[in-house]
Amino acid sequence: MQMQVCGVTKSFVKGPHRIEVLKGVDMEVQEGEFLSIIGQSGSGKSTLLHLMGLLTPPDSGEVYYHGRRIDNLSAHERDQLRNRDISMIFQFYHLLPELTTLENVMVPMMIQQSYWQYQLHRRANRERALEILERVGLSHRLKHRPKELSGGEMQRTAIARALVNHPKILLADEPTGNLDRANEAGIIELLRELNARDRLTLVLVTHNPTIAEDTDRVVHLVDGRLVD
Amino acid sequence: MIQYRKTDYQENTGMYKLLLCLRYLRTRYIALASIVSVMLGVATMIVVNSVMSGFTKEMQTRLHGILGDISVEAISTHGFPDAEGHIEKIKEILGNDVEAMTPICTTAGIINYRTFGRWRTQEVIVIGIDANTKGNVGDFRNYLQHPENRKQLRFDLREGGYDVYDHQAVLSESGTLGKLFSWWNKAAAEEENETTLMAGGRKLSKRQQMEDAGWEHRRERYSRIYSEAEDEFGYGSRDAYRPAPPSSLEIQPPPSENRVPDGNSVVETPFLKAAQREEEGNSAETEMDDPFGAPVVKIFDPLKEQHSGAIVGIGLSMLRSGGEDCFLMVPGDDFKLTFPTNSTPPVGITDNFTCIDLYESKMSEYDSRFIFIPLQKMQELRGMADPTDPRMNRVNQIQIKVRPGVDLDEACDRLRKVFDPYIYDVLTWKDRQIALLQAVEVEIAILNVLLFMIIAVSGFGILAIFFMVVIDKTRDIGILKAMGASSWGIMSIFLMYGLSLGIVGAGMGMIMGLLFVWNINEIADGLSWLLGRPVFDPDIYYFYQIPYDICPWTVAWIVGGSLFIAVLASVFPAWRAARLQPVESLRYE
Repeated sequence: MQMQVCGVTKSFVKGPHRIEVLKGVDMEVQEGEFLSIIGQSGSGKSTLLHLMGLLTPPDSGEVYYHGRRIDNLSAHERDQLRNRDISMIFQFYHLLPELTTLENVMVPMMIQQSYWQYQLHRRANRERALEILERVGLSHRLKHRPKELSGGEMQRTAIARALVNHPKILLADEPTGNLDRANEAGIIELLRELNARDRLTLVLVTHNPTIAEDTDRVVHLVDGRLVD
Repeated sequence: MIQYRKTDYQENTGMYKLLLCLRYLRTRYIALASIVSVMLGVATMIVVNSVMSGFTKEMQTRLHGILGDISVEAISTHGFPDAEGHIEKIKEILGNDVEAMTPICTTAGIINYRTFGRWRTQEVIVIGIDANTKGNVGDFRNYLQHPENRKQLRFDLREGGYDVYDHQAVLSESGTLGKLFSWWNKAAAEEENETTLMAGGRKLSKRQQMEDAGWEHRRERYSRIYSEAEDEFGYGSRDAYRPAPPSSLEIQPPPSENRVPDGNSVVETPFLKAAQREEEGNSAETEMDDPFGAPVVKIFDPLKEQHSGAIVGIGLSMLRSGGEDCFLMVPGDDFKLTFPTNSTPPVGITDNFTCIDLYESKMSEYDSRFIFIPLQKMQELRGMADPTDPRMNRVNQIQIKVRPGVDLDEACDRLRKVFDPYIYDVLTWKDRQIALLQAVEVEIAILNVLLFMIIAVSGFGILAIFFMVVIDKTRDIGILKAMGASSWGIMSIFLMYGLSLGIVGAGMGMIMGLLFVWNINEIADGLSWLLGRPVFDPDIYYFYQIPYDICPWTVAWIVGGSLFIAVLASVFPAWRAARLQPVESLRYE
């Protein structure tokens, strides 16, 4: 069992209203599985993913990673987990607009390593980034800014960036939500291949049942609760 | 299977900050606005400080040169007797620290002289000096106009050879623009077929009237007067010139053309009118052995003789207009000096003096008021001389020059212990001009505060611009955090950003300021040319150039201070950026 969510609740305050997004969710993620969470928009599936990715703390309940509770870790330890173990990709890609494709992919390595370490392993780092870019099929777009890429290419860059530090688990938040059918198929194909070849654990959030059908296991999130 | 590499997580020194900081610098042009404001602030501060400190330094050098190091002066205007005894006492107290000393007499007076057909009257400060020792205690000698007097002062009129060009003008060029200007000025001067000297790229005006100053001028002037008299009244009328025997203790009526002739006086001879007009009161030395007999008059011949010598401040004797110097009095001319005696109550006495040199200290306050006469003569006229024992002649103060490096205040304290504070004032040159020096210091301090406000304002500019950048970059901040960047890492991106803006702004400001200062005279010339009137008028300041003094420490303070402000202004936006929750910025597009 790689990741476990136990009874998490989360609510947001919007004006005078308190919206309960998650109302006690229990979920397990096995190592190497391809899990999809499916639900209507507003069902809290993105929030659940953010909780697992340590981007936001739960109001109550716990998040475990390899049996170790991680939702109450120090900021430094959480940063470290996000950097090295738990990666995320998003619907809107979220690339840094000032950097080229290659630089965007190398940012997690720059965050991980100290300045001198980075300079020392400059060649190895670059090779690693090139390798992963080749893997996602973008080796011909190294010097381009995100603005100059298509949606599919941007998402591939985001995937390369998420994978560059050898994470154990990849959380994908509607990765094909903004793509056309052809690009969508390509991205899903890439994810499945990563899961199959590298035994990368994948958690995919989507509202599209056809995508979910292809995954190992599907959980449904309805109104803040899991339905099997 | 991808191999997982286990490297320590060392985000706090990661290089993504540097990369992003540099990218933001290159892509956010709005930040240039804050660079420009820092740059202008720093440049202004450097220019103003350098020029102010140049002026202060120049003024202090002048003041120091004029006033000497330390003076022991009598509080009462009656002065004190036995200057020699005082000098020995001071030597005893200060020992080897003393380098030179000189006794001095001072009093207020009024000068009267005739120039361009009119009488001029001005109030002056009359200073009796010892020709042998005065030159040793300050820069006094350097301010004189005759090269021989600068070596050894004599109160005798020189035959000629007075400086035609201001010997104190700096005959050097400054700045890169200076060379161009001096070449241009020189070319213009050659076109006018004039010989000119250049001072710092400026044309140094010639003092035409100083060319024949001295005996030559005196002879020429009096010959002209006599020949006019002879033209009008016939040959030999010059010998009939019999001025009234003057009495030095008599208050003389103001000379005037309409003076009612005195019945007994020989002055009434009508053919002397012309001579009298120029000559009014040039006294004759008389000996009156028998008060009831006919006066035996020894004729004073102004062609061969002079009255007792005097050095006149150049501001008294010269008018400046448009860079040209017009002299009202040059060495060789005579004047009358009236000042009080040392009695109680004082009585005005008048005597004739011959100007033998001019005094140019470049401090207009002094140049337009000082007249130096021989100490001995002054003591006799004021009744400060003791007829029985010349050692007991009274003086007003003793000026002291100490060895370089001696602490003046400490030396003063040593003197104050011995010289009764109810009788003597012991002052350093700074004490004597404390009001002026402090005023300048306060002025500089206030200016600095005001100018630093400019940089502070640019700090607020940075603050506002940074807030915009942070809002603009909210999503990027969220992404970086999602990838494992810490809050401190985010903050340091923006702190570094602020620091680099500061470094670029302050660096460019420093270069701009220094270039401006180095070429300030050329810039002033250029502005004068553009505006059609002088920006820096040597008529007022007596300097040929705007003085400046670049203090490396001041520059360092200004640059350091503006860097500090730039960083300080970026702290708050950076802190805001660091506090952003990553999910808030990533949730919505």
